[in-house]
This record gives sequence, C-alpha cells and structure tokens, in this order.
Amino acid sequence: MRKQYETIIGLEVHVELATKTKIFCGCPTAFGGAPNTHTCPVCTGMPGALPVLNRQVVEFALAVGLAAHCGIHQYCRFDRKNYFYPDNPQNYQISQLYLPICHDGYVEIDTGSGPKKIRIHEIHMEEDAGKLIHDEWEDSSLVDYNRSGVPLLEIVSEPDMRSADEVVAYLEKLRKMIQYLGASDCKLQEGSMRADVNLSIREAGQTEFGTRTEMKNLNSFKAIRRAIENEQERQAELLEAGKPVIQETRRWDDNKEASRAMRSKEDAKDYRYFPDPDLPPVLIADEWIQKVKDRMPEFQEEKAARYVRDYQLSPYDAGLLTESRTIARIFEETAALSGKPKKAANWLTGETLRLLREKNMEPEALDFSPAHLAALIDLADSGTVNNQVAKKVFEKIFEDDVEPEAYVEAHGLKSVSDTGALEDAARKVLEANADAAEQYRQGKEKILGFLIGQLMRETKGQADPALAGEILKKLITLPPAE
Amino acid sequence: MTQKTIAATALSREIREHKRSVRETALETLKNIQTLDVSVGAFLTVLPEEELLAKADAIQKKIDDGTLTGPLAGVPVAVKDNICTKNLRTTCASKILETFVPPYSATAVEQLEAAGALIVGKTNMDEFAMGSTTETSAFLQTRNPWNLEHVPGGSSGGSCAAVAAKEVPLALGSDTGGSIRQPSAFCGVTGIKPTYGTVSRYGLIAYASSLDQIGPVAQNVSDCAALLEAIAGHDPKDATSLQRQDCQFSAACVQDVKGMKIGIPEAYLQEGLDEDIREAILKAADTFRALGAQVETFPLPLTEYAIPAYYLIASAEASSNLARFDGVKYGYRAPEGEGLHEMYKRSRSQGFGPEVKRRIMLGSFVLSAGYYDAYYLKALRTRALIRESYTKAFRTYDLLLAPAYPTTAPKLGVSLEDPLKMYLGDIHTVSVNLAGLPAISVPCGFDRQGLPIGMQLIGDAFAEKTLIRAAYTFEQAADVLAAAPAGKED
Repeated sequence: MRKQYETIIGLEVHVELATKTKIFCGCPTAFGGAPNTHTCPVCTGMPGALPVLNRQVVEFALAVGLAAHCGIHQYCRFDRKNYFYPDNPQNYQISQLYLPICHDGYVEIDTGSGPKKIRIHEIHMEEDAGKLIHDEWEDSSLVDYNRSGVPLLEIVSEPDMRSADEVVAYLEKLRKMIQYLGASDCKLQEGSMRADVNLSIREAGQTEFGTRTEMKNLNSFKAIRRAIENEQERQAELLEAGKPVIQETRRWDDNKEASRAMRSKEDAKDYRYFPDPDLPPVLIADEWIQKVKDRMPEFQEEKAARYVRDYQLSPYDAGLLTESRTIARIFEETAALSGKPKKAANWLTGETLRLLREKNMEPEALDFSPAHLAALIDLADSGTVNNQVAKKVFEKIFEDDVEPEAYVEAHGLKSVSDTGALEDAARKVLEANADAAEQYRQGKEKILGFLIGQLMRETKGQADPALAGEILKKLITLPPAE
Repeated sequence: MTQKTIAATALSREIREHKRSVRETALETLKNIQTLDVSVGAFLTVLPEEELLAKADAIQKKIDDGTLTGPLAGVPVAVKDNICTKNLRTTCASKILETFVPPYSATAVEQLEAAGALIVGKTNMDEFAMGSTTETSAFLQTRNPWNLEHVPGGSSGGSCAAVAAKEVPLALGSDTGGSIRQPSAFCGVTGIKPTYGTVSRYGLIAYASSLDQIGPVAQNVSDCAALLEAIAGHDPKDATSLQRQDCQFSAACVQDVKGMKIGIPEAYLQEGLDEDIREAILKAADTFRALGAQVETFPLPLTEYAIPAYYLIASAEASSNLARFDGVKYGYRAPEGEGLHEMYKRSRSQGFGPEVKRRIMLGSFVLSAGYYDAYYLKALRTRALIRESYTKAFRTYDLLLAPAYPTTAPKLGVSLEDPLKMYLGDIHTVSVNLAGLPAISVPCGFDRQGLPIGMQLIGDAFAEKTLIRAAYTFEQAADVLAAAPAGKED
C-alpha cells in the first residue's frame, strides 16, 4: 500500500516595482518601446558607468516589508551576484544577499481550518535582466536591455505551505497587499509577479524535510496549482519506487502539463557574491520607517469591514468591492456623491464586473468618473430612464466616460411615462397583434410578455415596462370599440 | 629627452593676457608630441590636428568673450586611457577594448572641458591599470624621459611620462594602489591621489571600485592643485562621491609649514629601501625642520599586511568589474568558436593580457564559496584595522612623510619577470588607498644614476590643503628639479 505523504512548499516571489524609473539609472520602466530605447550607459553595462540607487525602490520595499510584519535592516547593502549571461550586461546582477532590507515577517492566510501564518524569511531588492530573442532563422541571438535595471522585490517565504490551496491563498494575499500599496500591479501573465515553487514531500509524521526541487516558469494560478499537484505526485512515485528525489531546478511546461529538469545542484553556479563597492550602504532612519508607516493604506479586510459597518453592505458585496483598490475608490466616491451606497455597490459588483469579464480587462484599467455613475443613479431613481436604458448608458460611461444626462438627452432615451402616448402605441400593437390579444383574453397570460416586448419596440425601448404591462392589460380587457 | 615648456598656470596667464593664442599652444603641443613621443611613447591616441584646432578656436572664443577666465582655459591636458572620452577611443591599453569609442564622457572630463582645458589625447598605461611599469600595455612601450632604458612606472606611466617630457603641462591619471604617485616619483613630476570620493569615478573604467580615484599629474604643486580643483566635487552619477565644500586647492599654495607635525613611519625606512632614497627622504625631513616643522619617526602598525589585503580586495573587485568585457556588447570578439561559452572563453582569453588574467583568477578564487571568509572578509577586516591605525597616527601628526616607492625606476623588461616582487614594491602606496586617504608625490632628489626620487606626503581624509601647503613649501625651498643632473634637463 502507498504511504501517506505530506507536501512542504516554500515560495520565492518576484515582484516588479511600479517605479517610473529604473533602480540604478534614470531610464523609464515603461513597457513597450523599440528594443534598447529605454537604455543608457548604466543599464547597458558600459565601461565606467556607475549605479545610483532610486530611493523609491527602498520606499516600496519598506512598505511591503512593514505590511508583511517584517523586521527592517536599517543598515542594508547591495551585493553583486556574478554570473555570465548576455541578458545581464555587466555579467553580475546587483542584488542583496548578506543584509536584505526586510527579514522575518509573515502573511496571514485563510485556510479550510482557520487562519494560518506563512512566515517570510526575507525580502530583498534587485535589478531585472534584459531579454534575449533567439532568431532561429538567422542562427543568432539579439538582446534588448529595456527591462535591464527594472526594480524587483524578491519575497522569500519559509517552507510553511502544505497544499496548492495554501500557495494560492498566500499569493492572492501578497498580491492584494502589494496592489493596495501601489508598489506593483502584480500581473502573473505579464510577468510583473513571478513565483518559483520549492517543493519537497515527506512521509506523514516525519519531522525531517525531504529533498526539494525548485519549479520555474509558472505564469498563472492555474499553472501553479497544476505544477504543485504534478510535482508532489512525481516525487511520491520516485520515493515509492525506491528512487531518490534529486535537488534540481525544473521548468514547468503548461501545454504538456509536465516539468523537466533544467539543472541540478551539482552544476549549481558559485555566484561569488560580495558587497557592491559602487553602492554605499543604505541607512534607513527611524523617521523614514515612521513616514512609510504613516502612509500605509487601509487594506482589504479593514476596508470591507468598514463597508459592512458604515454602508450596511453584505460581507459578500463588501468583499467584491474591495478586491481591487480602484473599484473600492470608485465605490466610495460614488456613494458619497449620490448618497446611495447600495445602488453604487450594485452597479460596481454587477454591471462593472460583468463588463470587465466580458472585455477581459483588469479593474485597475477602469477610468470612468464616479460623478457620472452618481448622475446615472439619480436618473434611474427618478424614473427619467428605465433600467434597460440605464444599463446601456452605463456601458457608455464604462467605455467612454460619457456625461449621462447629456447622453440621454442627445439620444432621446428618456422614459415614455406619458400615459396618452403609451396608450396610442399600445393600441397600434394590439391592432397589429390581434391574435395574441385574443389568446390573452382566452387565458394565455404568458403572451403578455410578448406584447410588452412589441410595445417596447414600438417605443424604441423608452417605455417603462411595468407601466406598459398595465396599459396593455387595461386595453385588452376593454370591450372592443364600436 | 625633455622640452622647455612653461607650466600650466603660467601658460594660461599668457593666454588670458593675449601673449599667445590657444591655437598656437595647440600646435606647439602637437609638435612636442610629434618630436618627443617617438621615443617616449606616452600617447595611445592623439586628437587629429583639425579637430584639435577647432576645439582650440572654440576655447579661444570663450576666453575672448569672457566666458572662460579660469587657470585651465586653453591649457593642453592629456587623459589616461581608462577615463572615458566621448567619441574618442578609450582602450585601457587592452586588446579587448582596442576599438571601443565611448558614447559618453567621464564626469572629470566634462569638468575639464567646462574649465576650458584642451584635451589633446589619451595616454598609455598598464592594461586596466594593473601593473607598476606600464609594461603590461597591449599596445606600446612607454619609456622614462629621464632615461629611455628605464620604465616610467605605472600604471599612469603615459600621463607621467608625457608631463615629464613636457609634451603637455597637465595630465589626468588614476590611482588604485599608487598608480599616480609611483610613476610621478619615477618621472620627477608631481601627482595627487585625492581622498576617496573627492573626484567622481563616473566614466573611469573600474579596476577596483573601492580604491580607484582619478587625480592630477603636473610639473609642480600649484598646477596640480589647480587641476584637482577643476575636477573635484560631488557628482550625482557616482554614489560614492562626497559632498565637499573645501575644494579651493589653489588657495592652499602657501609657503608655511611652521609648527606642522610630520611623522615618518619607521617601517617605511627599513630594509628593502634603496639607500639613495632613504638619504633623500631624511634630507627632505631636514628641509622641513629647517622650515619650522617638527619631524619624527614613529611606529605605524600593520604596514606589513597592506600588500596582501590590497591584492585580495583589488583582485576580487577586478574579477567582477572586468566581467562585462565578454565580446557581446562592445570591444573585442573572437572571430571563431561555436556557441556562447566558446565565444566568451576565446574573446576573453585573446582579449586580456597575462597580468589581467592573473588578477581575475586570483579575484575569482578569493570570492569563491569556501574562500570568501578566509580571504576576502579577512582582507576587509585588515583594511578596517589599517584605516584605524592611520586615524590614530593623525591624532598626533598633521601629515606623514614616506618614500613613494622602495626603488627608483627599474630598467625596462625586468619587473614582469617576478610579479610577486613587483607587487611587494607597492608597500608605500597601497595602504593609503585602503584607508581612502589623500597623498601627494613630489620630487625630492635624484639617485646615483640620475633618476628622480619621489617622496610621498600622506594626509588624513580631506586634508588635501595641508598636503598641498606642505608640498608647495618644500618645492619652493628645495627647488629639487633645478638640481637635476646635467644633461637630463634640456
């Protein structure tokens, strides 16, 4: 019979920081741009060029570290990690080994069996490398240094996770926290958040760790889940067959749903780390730490709790609204402007999320003004537009941030609530659909829906559907005219 | 082997007073280089005449309209070939950078240009500043103008020889372990290694980042002071550059050493020191006494550890600094070879000379897992102790007096036969770099062969003005060069 195994997982998470300029020079970090246009002597490793630290990087690192309950090395340093590869123009990466800026923290996650602390071993600052493009046709390789020197945080956890669920919960928690801090947009697909999974298994009840492997190239939560399940199974099969697990780095192939070994510990490089003599130690005064603490935002849990308390929203809606700091901001402003938080919440949890899904957009990309949403809520509440129209107008606000009153006016979208006009239209509908009217009279009440639809069409959608139904019923049951 | 030319500050005065034009000066300089450099071999690259004259005329215009009024306006300057000059080939005297044309200028070069100096060319050096004789240059043998059979010293041998031969009045050098002070001593010129962080390293192709400093080389102390004043100052592009407000070095050229306390580290006068040099140093001490200073010997601890600590730290940093020369982005790429690693290996094997390879290997070794603590960390601790022992000495003394090197310039071709012996020669200079201190090398006599002897004055951090004052006072009183052996001067 197969033994019971426990899975032990630790993560190394890389997060690309949202600074405007690179970590050691003034070049922009913006995506895109023709190859090697966001570069200078520093980030292309020209002879004689020197790095100068971007203080915003330290500020973001402090914010993330403090939010993750870390200790701060107030005297911290940068070290050189030496290795030859063309994506790295100096043939060393400036990183932190000996004195990383943050150490010994934790992040609390929810698990099936209650809250759990995942300890953080350290958080350090480093620079990203350039990008190699292999031209198979020409049998040559090209290198683009636009990404070279983009600032990264590496967040190293302790081996505290025991399942794919815990890993995903931890990553979601980190991501939310970092997004709320504005330190990164944390997009796995685009690589602004990357996770390497260190995994080992051991027989249930054992206290010694087994030999671990490191899994790379995980570009989505789905890939992370699959890779973990696949790797724990692979290791279990090895152990069952009496074979050892080899300490190695493996690369996940999401199409094949399998991993393959990249390099083993035996050919692990000696990076010859040493303190970078071009960069003086970073001294972080108490005042600086206090300033970062003072600027800490309200995080998701606190915000959601406040929404339940102050706006009487359901915990579920409060959770949805606070998933993204952008949606939460739009919600709060709309609620304040309209004085109708529940309506504001409905628009944001309903139509907004639907449209985001439909258009495959990130909430951070939302840029309509809360004033326009508040105005739409007023238009709908006063009956100036019916629900159907309101949804159409909202889509326009979502897409083009239109001013709703002007838009409704310009497109003649006001509700027809003039009973006389509606009655005239209803008569037309009944004349044209005499059969249907007859069926209704004979008791087929469902057909009223069809007639309402026809009336809506006649009024180009501007009739109030409830009113339309009443008028139709009244006219149908009237004795036929002479 | 020298030409009669006037010193920089005097030259610029004549230019400002319209007694000579910048164009004339430029042409004279080119002529000097043409005649003298065939035998001295100080320059790797000289600006083409047309380009140089265009620059001269532009400077003249700014002098005439009153934009340029400083002591360097119109003065020709040579720049060591490890300092980047935009659009002007910069090789570090290495095959691996033989074709490298920097897209930018070092901050020190920009400052020189802003002061109106006329950069005429790039000087030879030991490859990547590794060496004490300028014999490790991949391209050229520079000779000592005082005796062409001898080396000029190194690594700034080209800069010092060019000034000594009076091809140019001023030059920039760089000093990592004595590379300005030692060739200055060998060539009978004056050179300053400033306090670490005084001159921006941006654009100086690094040998050992925590030790490297750019500094001036000139025919006398006041020229050196003027050149240092022009290139000193904080640079936002160099994180190790200091905020200093006290850089008015020319104003420190005052004849007064009365009451100054000068210490001579005992160990520096002991075995291994040339007798002629010991005598010259003791004579210099007497001169200082006669001028009103107090001079005494004292024990400076730890001097014997400076050489090993220096070579471990410098090589470690060099092994990483020189990693970027790989054939990928610029410089030499081996023509043949399959695949990336073969290309790396061949380009670096063919591009670097033996001394550079030796130090890269030594540095890679001391940073390797298992050796880092035993060698590199221990060297860093030694460095901290050496710094401390200097700090203690400067509680008693205003400055220290020492030889610049245990010998005068050796004959060509003998030093490289025994690299270890060559390393040990750096005993008097390297600890100053380890401690980040300023020091000046000034001529103080001649040996039996008629070769110049240099002495070194070492100051506490930021004490350049004290050094300059003492050196200037000595220079004016002793007039060493006037006593040059017959047939050498002129």
